[in-house]
Amino acid sequence: MAKQRNDYENSWFPRLQRWLAGGSSALNDHMVEGLKAPSDAHRLISEQTLAQRESEQEAHLQEVQSREAVLYERAHDWGRTRGMRLVRALYAVAAMALCVAVIWVLLTTVAGLPSFGGQNNPINNEVSQRYIERGLQETGAVNIVAGMILDYRAFDTLGESHVLFIAACAVMILLRLSDSGDENQLSRERLEAEANDRLYEPKHDIILQRVAGMLVPIILLFGIYVILNGHLGPGGGFSGGAVMGAGLILYLNAYGFAATERFFTIKTFKAVSFGALAFYALAKAYSFFCGANHLDSGIGLGVPGRIFSSGLILYLNIAVGLVVACTMYAFYTLFRKGDM
Amino acid sequence: MPILNIMLLVFILVCAVAVSMTKDLLTSVIIFMCQSLAMSVIWILLESPDLAITEAAVGAGVTSLLMFVTLKKIHAIKGERDDGEAKE
Repeated sequence: MAKQRNDYENSWFPRLQRWLAGGSSALNDHMVEGLKAPSDAHRLISEQTLAQRESEQEAHLQEVQSREAVLYERAHDWGRTRGMRLVRALYAVAAMALCVAVIWVLLTTVAGLPSFGGQNNPINNEVSQRYIERGLQETGAVNIVAGMILDYRAFDTLGESHVLFIAACAVMILLRLSDSGDENQLSRERLEAEANDRLYEPKHDIILQRVAGMLVPIILLFGIYVILNGHLGPGGGFSGGAVMGAGLILYLNAYGFAATERFFTIKTFKAVSFGALAFYALAKAYSFFCGANHLDSGIGLGVPGRIFSSGLILYLNIAVGLVVACTMYAFYTLFRKGDM
Repeated sequence: MPILNIMLLVFILVCAVAVSMTKDLLTSVIIFMCQSLAMSVIWILLESPDLAITEAAVGAGVTSLLMFVTLKKIHAIKGERDDGEAKE
């Protein structure tokens, strides 16, 4: 009994029969037909409108690209114009707010300051009272300011002198002509610097020389007076040294480097600065090691008002004055020709 | 005394504004010198001569000199630029 099949037409025996009869299976026919029709259609279309399709695709691609470009441009544009405008506006507002805040803080602080010279100001404490009442006995300096900065707080002044010296060293590192090159190049550089300097400088200006000849001794004398008189009246090492440095600079401007190099070269600068700073450090840096305790210098305080009084203050003033004068002059010469 | 003080303070304010407003660097440095000198007079009026001497020597003297040298080095002083370039 043969098994009844639902798709008897497509089973292998009738397909073989049909194949032998010269036909093809119904399924194959169907499939071939299904494959044939689109391939024909495709061939027909490609033959007729291949170029048109390609151009259409190209146009579509271009359109998409241009749309993307527009989108990108818009996004970019936002960052460039509107975004920047927004950021700028925010920046201006923030800057205004910061300015107003700072002004407000400063004004409120100034308004809250104690009145000038008031009795209950915080500066009128036991420290200044002690300085004023016992400064003369303890330091021997008539000028209380000198007594403060060179006796009570001499260690601070040591740091300040070293700040000046370090500044001169830094300028030297930056501006001094290199010593490392060979001799020819060094001398050539120096000659160029000198020539460049001479270009703008009226040499042997008779008016300047006469005026400087009159003024420089007075200025140097005044500087020495201010230094030596530091513990007796207004002045001291720093201001006197600055005055002396200015006098040296005036002398240099009038008479040129040839005149000043007779007594002031880089060796002089090194020796004087090192000597003065070393003396100061030896005289006062012990307080760094003894916990800021005061030690007697061994030099008597003397009679207040005399030039040889107030212990170490006079000598410290001289040291500071020498350092400051050398530093000022070194600044000027290094700025001008890169050497001393 | 207060009148002189106020005049000097106003002068300092005017100088301080003028220093930053001036186009010419040489003029600016000279105005800065004037400001330092007025400041040193004010220190004397405030009874601190130590500061007055230092201000006159450093502020009006050495600082301005260094500024002048710098201006000369960068050829910023008018009237010298052409000479220098011609000679170079």
